[in-house]
Amino acid sequence: MDDILVARVQMAMSLGFHIIFASVGIAMPVLMVIAEVWGLVRRDPELIGLAKRWAKGTAVLFAVGAVSGTVLSFELGLLFPGFMRLAGALIGVPFSLEGFAFFTEAIFLGLYLYGWDRLPPRVHVATGVMVAVSGLLSAVFVTFVNAWMNAPEGAVLEGGRIVDVDPLAALKTAYALHEIPHMALASYVGTAGAVAGIHAYALLRDPRSTLHAKALAIALALVIPCALLQPPLGHFAGQQVARYQPMKLAALEQHHETRPRAPLKLGPFEIPGGLSWMAFGDPNAVVTGLDAFPPADHPHPIIRPAFLVMVGLGTIMALHAALAVFLLLRRRAWAASRPFLAFTVLCAPMGYVALEAGWIVTEVGRQPWVVYGLLRTAASVTPVHGLGARLWVFAVIYLILGVTVAVVMARHVRSTLKPGATS
Amino acid sequence: MNAAELVAALMLAALAIYTCTGGADFGGGVFDLFASGPRREEQRKLIEHALAPVWEANHVWLIFIIVLMFTAFPEAFSQLSISFFVPLTLVLVGIVFRGAAFVLRQYGEPDAGMRRLLSVVFGGASTVTPVALGVILAGIVGGTSAPEASTGGAGGGGFGLFGLLVGAFVLALFSLIAAIYLTVEAESAELKQDFRRRALSAGVLLGVLAFGVTQSASGNTPRFSAALLDSWWSWPLQIFTGGVALAVLAAVATRRDRLARTLVILQASAIVLGFGLGQRPYLIAPNVTISSAAAPEATIRVLLVIASAGALLLIPSLYFLLRVFKTQRR
Repeated sequence: MDDILVARVQMAMSLGFHIIFASVGIAMPVLMVIAEVWGLVRRDPELIGLAKRWAKGTAVLFAVGAVSGTVLSFELGLLFPGFMRLAGALIGVPFSLEGFAFFTEAIFLGLYLYGWDRLPPRVHVATGVMVAVSGLLSAVFVTFVNAWMNAPEGAVLEGGRIVDVDPLAALKTAYALHEIPHMALASYVGTAGAVAGIHAYALLRDPRSTLHAKALAIALALVIPCALLQPPLGHFAGQQVARYQPMKLAALEQHHETRPRAPLKLGPFEIPGGLSWMAFGDPNAVVTGLDAFPPADHPHPIIRPAFLVMVGLGTIMALHAALAVFLLLRRRAWAASRPFLAFTVLCAPMGYVALEAGWIVTEVGRQPWVVYGLLRTAASVTPVHGLGARLWVFAVIYLILGVTVAVVMARHVRSTLKPGATS
Repeated sequence: MNAAELVAALMLAALAIYTCTGGADFGGGVFDLFASGPRREEQRKLIEHALAPVWEANHVWLIFIIVLMFTAFPEAFSQLSISFFVPLTLVLVGIVFRGAAFVLRQYGEPDAGMRRLLSVVFGGASTVTPVALGVILAGIVGGTSAPEASTGGAGGGGFGLFGLLVGAFVLALFSLIAAIYLTVEAESAELKQDFRRRALSAGVLLGVLAFGVTQSASGNTPRFSAALLDSWWSWPLQIFTGGVALAVLAAVATRRDRLARTLVILQASAIVLGFGLGQRPYLIAPNVTISSAAAPEATIRVLLVIASAGALLLIPSLYFLLRVFKTQRR
C-alpha cells in the first residue's frame, strides 16, 4: 500500500469511527429531553428514569466521540499537512465555529449528566436543550468544511497558494444547502432508529412494558419525520452533485458515455432518459459520462454499490416510517403490532450503515481531489515515513476501543431489557 | 500588536487555561496511578468525582489551540505536524486511551480485574501524555538538533535530554496543580493532608526541574535561553514566578488550600507567559515566525471576531459549570 492510500485509509477509519459516536451525541440529547419534559409534565417517574438510563449510555458514547474527534483534528495535520497548509485558513473559520459549538456542548453535557440532583428541574431541562442545540450546530459547522471541500467556488490556486478568497468562503459554498440537512437528519435517523430497534426488541420479549412502549414512541417521533425527509433531500443532493461534480455522479451511477437521454440503471433494468431526468429535470439533458475524464482520475467503482446500499436502506427506512404513520392514523398502537416491532428491529442498524455508505460515496467519489478541482490528495499527504506502521497501531486501537465500547453498551442494554427492570 | 500577534497571544492564553484545567486532569490521573497509603481507594474516588463532570470540557482548550493554529498559522501547523509527527502521535494515543479508560471505568461496571486494568491505562496515559507535550514544547523553542523541513524523515522532533527534562517539568507542573485542586475538593482532613503532602513533593520537584531545564536550555536552545534570561522583563518575571512558587508551598504547608489554589494558577500562568515571551516572535524556532506563517489578514480578523463572540457565550457557561460542581456543598 503506498503512503497516499495508507493515509486515506487511516483518515477514513478515524472518520468512520468518529461519526457514529458523534451522531449519538447529536441525537440522544433530543431523545433525553423529550423523555424528561414528558416525564415532568405527566409527573411520570418512569419517563424520568428512562431519560437517566439513556443518559448513562450517552455519557460513554459521547466521551468516545470526543476523543475520536480530537484524533481527527490532529490527523488533519499529521496525515495531510499539505492540505492544511493550503486550506487551513479557509476551513478554519467553520472549524472554529464548530469548536465553540462543541465546547458549549461539552459544558452543558457535564451539567446535564451530573446535575440531576443539583439543578432545579427546569434548569436541568434547559441544559439538555443546550446540549441538543449546540450538538446540532457542531454538526452543521463541521459539515460546512466538507461541503466546501467538494464545492470550493471562488477559490483560485496561484503559485501554490489559494488567493483572492473571501475568508468566509467556506460558509458560502453551494453544497451546504444539501450536505448539512442530509447529514443532520442522517444522525437523527441512525441513532433514533437504533434506539427504536432496541426498545422494539424489548417489547417483543416483554409486550406489557410501559417503559419500552414510551421509549419506542419517543424514538419513532424523531425517526419518522427525518426518515421521510431524507429521500427528497437525497434527490436534491444528487442534482447538486450532477451540477458541480459531474465525475462523481458519473462514477456513482456507473454512467460511461456522455450523452443526452441518459438511462437510469436499476440492476438489470434501464429507464431510458431516467438519469437525465433525475439529474437535471429534463430527459433530453446531457449527462457527462466517465469517458469525459482521464481514466486515472476515475473514483474507485466501490462508490456504486455504496450508493445503492445507501439509497436502498434509505428507501426501506422511509417505508418503515410511512408504515408507522399509517398505524398511527389507524389508531393502532405501535407497541401492539408484532410485525411492525419486528420490522423496527430489522431497521435498527440501517441508519448507520446508510450513513457510512453515503460518506463512502461522497468522499471516495471526490478523489483524486481533496479540494475538488483545486488540490489533489496525492499532493497533500505527509512526507513522513513509516505511515504503514502507524496505521496498524491505530487500527488495533480502534478495534480494542470499538469492542470494549460494544461490550459495555451491550451490558447496559441487557440490564435495561430484564423484564420488569426499573431505573 | 497586529492581528496575527493577537491570535498568538490568544493561543498562549488558551495554553495557560489548558494547563490549569486539562493539565490538572492529567495530574489527577497521575495521582490515580500512584495512589498509595491507607486511603488509596478514597483518593481514587475523589479524583474520579472531581474529573467526571469537567474533563471533556477541559480538554476542548487543546482543540481550541489546534484550530486557532491551523486557521491563523497554517504554515506553522503543517510544519509542526511533519516535524513532530511522533510526539504528536503519542499525545494522540494518550488522549484516546485516557478518555476511553476513564469513562469505561466509570460507566462500564467493570469487575475488579478490569477495573485495575482500566486504572493502569488511565493513569499511564495521563503520565505519558504530558511528557510528550513537553517534548513538543522543547522542540518548538529550538531544542531539536535540526528541525526537519518538508523532507519529512522520521518526524521525531523534540526528543533528547532537553525534551525529556521539559516533559518531566510539564508533568510535575500538572501534578502540582492537580494535588492542590484535590486538597480543596477533598472532604476529610486526612485526605486533604494526603494531597497536601503530594503537592509539596510536586512543588519541590518542579523547582529542581526548573533549574535543570534552565541549565539544559542554555546549551540546547541558546536563543530561547538568552531571551528568557537576558530580556528586560527577565528578572521581574523570574522573581515573580519564583516568589509565587514559594508562596504556593507556604500556603500548602499552612493549610490555606484555597489561597494555594489561586496562587498555583498564578504560578502556572507566569510560567506559560515566560515561555511565550521567550519564544516570541517564533512559532517554531528557528524557521517559522508569527509573521512568516500568518494567514491573510482578512481571515485572522474573522477569526478574532468568532473568538470574541464565542468567548461571550463560553465564559458564562464555563463559570456556570464550575460553580455548580466546584463550589463546596454547604
